[in-house]
Amino acid sequence: MAITEIIFWFLSALAVISAIMVVLSKSPVHSVLWLIAVFFAISGHYVLLNAQFIAIVNIIVYAGAIMVLFLFVLMLMNLNKETEPQKNLWMKLTGVVSGGCLLIILISLVRQATEIKGKIAVTKTGDIGLIKVLGKELFSSYVVPFEISSVLFLSAMIGAVVIGKKD
Amino acid sequence: MLSLETITNNINNWLNNHVSSTWATIIEMLIVGLLVIGLFAMLGLILVLMERKVSAFMQIRVGPNRVGFKGSLQTLADTLKLVLKEGLTPKGADKFLFNLAPYVVMCAAMLILAPIAFAKNFQIWDINIGVLYISAISSISVIGILMAGWASNNKYSLLGAMRSGAQIVSYELSAGFSVLCIVILTGSLQISDIINAQQNGWFIFKGHIPAIISFIIFIIAVTAETNRAPFDLAEAESELTAGFHTEYSGMKFALFFLAEYVNIFVVCAIGAILFFGGWMPLHIGNWQGFNQVMDYIPSSLWFILKVFGLIFLIMWFRWTFPRLRVDQLLNLEWKYLLPLSLVNLLLMTVVAIMGWHF
Repeated sequence: MAITEIIFWFLSALAVISAIMVVLSKSPVHSVLWLIAVFFAISGHYVLLNAQFIAIVNIIVYAGAIMVLFLFVLMLMNLNKETEPQKNLWMKLTGVVSGGCLLIILISLVRQATEIKGKIAVTKTGDIGLIKVLGKELFSSYVVPFEISSVLFLSAMIGAVVIGKKD
Repeated sequence: MLSLETITNNINNWLNNHVSSTWATIIEMLIVGLLVIGLFAMLGLILVLMERKVSAFMQIRVGPNRVGFKGSLQTLADTLKLVLKEGLTPKGADKFLFNLAPYVVMCAAMLILAPIAFAKNFQIWDINIGVLYISAISSISVIGILMAGWASNNKYSLLGAMRSGAQIVSYELSAGFSVLCIVILTGSLQISDIINAQQNGWFIFKGHIPAIISFIIFIIAVTAETNRAPFDLAEAESELTAGFHTEYSGMKFALFFLAEYVNIFVVCAIGAILFFGGWMPLHIGNWQGFNQVMDYIPSSLWFILKVFGLIFLIMWFRWTFPRLRVDQLLNLEWKYLLPLSLVNLLLMTVVAIMGWHF
């Protein structure tokens, strides 16, 4: 077995186990930490596909920013066993049924998708995820949505400053 | 001439001649890992002693001078004491996370070392998005700090972790913007490209006023990111005992302590690479004679000198400025540094487009 294959199986197992642990762990803080592990495993997959830029952005945005925000909120709320809301049996049952429905839809979609059928991911080669290619693509084919979203982010940043200035 | 580049090349050739390429890679990985751990131990010993000596110099004291020659073995004695101490885990703490947190912080500090060029062609991983990689990994240490604060089951720890997290997350913005200024000048995120672009002068001279402004913003932001005075609210002794590592003792405390000093080294190394040319000797334009004289000084020595110069600067801050309040800290970032760095980024873009940098 090639070394790429070993890493692939290791990362996949890590991602799946961590994702299951996100759902199973009792403490919400543990769930968030497991979710961070999932993001790291997925970033590892991106690196295997030679998409280093996407891997790093995944870490910056999800593991670095959003999950830290989640951790902040959860730690400040001081959730523990006494304050844990008790859901009744019907709530749990409906949750399971709706989740299962979503799973069936996703599986059927993947099975029907002819575009990805029989295609093998190319590891270590290909340059679609490199910053040069991605930048050119973003600034030629998708320049309008990209600029609009950057204006959105800039306005969010200025909004934070404005809220900070208001006393 | 004996340089780090020839040594690594010789080892690589020797390994590839004697064992298969897969095993050569694995052995090289092991060697790199050992070197990184060795560097960490050395940095811990040197920087802690340096901090105490610098603080003594600032306050007109002698500093540690009993163990070894002029106190040079003081940190070794301290480490020995910490190793012998008991590592307590408080009752009611989340045991797993409590024990995991110091290692997460250490791993984050170790991972950042990968793209840093210590000398000419002496680099662990020359990734094509080096600068972005550094900023991504440095945001991971926040998770370790929050983990430590929460798992300790102590209000001081939690408050310290919160403050530290808020500080790191907000000052990362300014640090990112000042790094972006240099990326605009270079047109590349790769560390080796950034260093090679400073062949005819360091960026702090080449980029005129915007580069100087971004250097000042960078040094303020990284001082805050490493949680050092005047931004050491996260471990303000008078308010929070010791912040997020209040409950830690023995070797686990030592790991946090070590990670702090390694982080200082790392951010200073990044500052040296971005603004002072990393291992690049002091070159002035096309003065061939002067440049060749400077090339005789080995590149690793240049790098070490620049990094320790910046470390001295950061230590100087610590012992001369009083601690900020939380509101002052956040005001400084969101009201002054962030708008300033946005304007500075525009200025730098104008400089780069007009070709005013030489």
